[in-house]
Amino acid sequence: MTPAASSGSRTDGDARAWTSALGRVAVAVIAAIMIAAVMAFLMLPIIALVTYEPLHTLIHNFGTSVATDAIRVSLKTNAIAFVLMILFGTPFAYVLGRSRFRGRSVVLTLVELPLVMPPAVAGIALLVAFGPLGLLGGTLSTLGIANPVFRQAAVVMCILFVASPFYLRGAIAAFEAVDDTFLDVAGTLGAGWLRRLLRVAVPLASSGLGAAAAVAFARGIGEFGATILFAGSFQGTTQTLPLAVYFDFSGDNIDAAVAIGVLLLAVSAAILLTSKLLARIWTSSTSTSPSRDGRSIYAPS
Amino acid sequence: MLVGPSGAGKTSLLRTVAGLERPSAGRISLGDELWFDAQRGTRLSAERRRIGYLPQDYGLFPHLTVAGNVRFAGKRDRPDLLERFGIGHLARARPKQLSGGERQRVALARALARDPRVLLLDEPFGALDAITRRQVRDELADTLSGLALPTLLVTHAFEDAVVLAQRIGVLDLGELVQIGRPDELIDRPATAMVADLTGANVLRGEATPRPTGSLIALEGGGELVSSTPASGPVQIAIQPWELELADPAEGAFADLVVSVRRDRGAVAIRCARVTIQVPSDKAGVPLPPAGAPIGVRVSPSHVRVLAPR
Repeated sequence: MTPAASSGSRTDGDARAWTSALGRVAVAVIAAIMIAAVMAFLMLPIIALVTYEPLHTLIHNFGTSVATDAIRVSLKTNAIAFVLMILFGTPFAYVLGRSRFRGRSVVLTLVELPLVMPPAVAGIALLVAFGPLGLLGGTLSTLGIANPVFRQAAVVMCILFVASPFYLRGAIAAFEAVDDTFLDVAGTLGAGWLRRLLRVAVPLASSGLGAAAAVAFARGIGEFGATILFAGSFQGTTQTLPLAVYFDFSGDNIDAAVAIGVLLLAVSAAILLTSKLLARIWTSSTSTSPSRDGRSIYAPS
Repeated sequence: MLVGPSGAGKTSLLRTVAGLERPSAGRISLGDELWFDAQRGTRLSAERRRIGYLPQDYGLFPHLTVAGNVRFAGKRDRPDLLERFGIGHLARARPKQLSGGERQRVALARALARDPRVLLLDEPFGALDAITRRQVRDELADTLSGLALPTLLVTHAFEDAVVLAQRIGVLDLGELVQIGRPDELIDRPATAMVADLTGANVLRGEATPRPTGSLIALEGGGELVSSTPASGPVQIAIQPWELELADPAEGAFADLVVSVRRDRGAVAIRCARVTIQVPSDKAGVPLPPAGAPIGVRVSPSHVRVLAPR
């Protein structure tokens, strides 16, 4: 190899190193710009909402009758829906999570259908199912049951329909993850299915169940599309917080709409934080395999 | 006590007895109680069988304390059981905080709180290291002899069975190959697999009948005299302590030393074809180094001819 050739290859190498370093810087800059753009797009509306009006206007707007009524309706309907969801959904999820039967995957898919269904479609579907002229409308009236449409019961049904699939899906996964050994042992120790569910499966799946319930609760609090179709928007009976936002907005009362918006945002943020914390506890508590260390079997006295 | 290699069906058998798996055929009963009968369609669920079942790793409930685990079985506190197993001071500890031996005691206390009619133990030492294993095994042997409770224990390790069992059943590929006392299995293994499990050397050869027994030409060279009559291709089993060292030219067959290891009162000389065990007090005689050619001698009465498969 001649000296000229070797020096020539060195300059080539330097040039290549320069271009690759430049390339890396360019990629980093583009990545930073993209992250900044996405974050700005997601965060700007939230910042705008929170800073739109001064604190005293915000507090004043929380006190209007539309807002207080909506808070009351939202709390009551969501609480009832939540209790029903836990009571019926937990045993349902346990059975689906712990047993294998023909058609199980069909049931699992059907459970998830409301998750992907547009809320307005859910509302119209509930209307043609339970409304006065719907599939079960006649049956309800012959049984002497008042039709739920435009009543508070309809709000609860909407929340249940759109929100509980979130709980069911998470709860089924949480029960599936419970180690068979614990349930087998519980059986040999004389525990029937109810005791196995309440004393073993639910505690072992509790973090997963809690995270799923939190997500479902958040979805229920925000429910709008199905409710406005099936339950209407009547202040004090069916007007939940999201409906009140729309009511204030269409009544040209932007300040009041924003105030309720801030309130809902705070609730959502609290739920998100709770579910994240629960999920973290879940992942750390599911590692139940015994440590394989050789500590003395003679316990300290 | 059931012994067998992994995949032999030991755990499945235990789970079937526990009522956790449904067999396609057969009958399970304890005393006068019928637990399962495929023909009659009888099946008692696990929670009604009154068994003390210890799965591998013991299956202690991680969300309950030691006292809570024991209470789960009997629906009331059992400080007496905790004291009996020396875990009273651990009553409020969680299973995660316990050592392997402590876990086993909690699992035993919990199983006994159920007031079982039979104890089922699945690989009780599977999760333990060698030192803990020996301690826990001796402890379990004491506990079991004090309980006077019928116990079915499965393990893959024959030495566990020897310490713990009165009768050993050997499972292979889902079949019960042999059942007997530990010494019966060592002296009269039914198959090469049983012999191998007891730690015996298994050799192949061609037997020719003789007036008193047979002469066996070994695969790989050498000849052995056996007091058992036999002919044709055979497998033979000889325990390591029945083999004797000889000069390379003198033995019944020749072998090469691979390693020499001292182990609790004995010396194990691992060779290419067999393992020889000599007592330590005889080890004053110079031992052959690794790589040395040796001869191997054995008394005809120790050359067990195994039943052909």
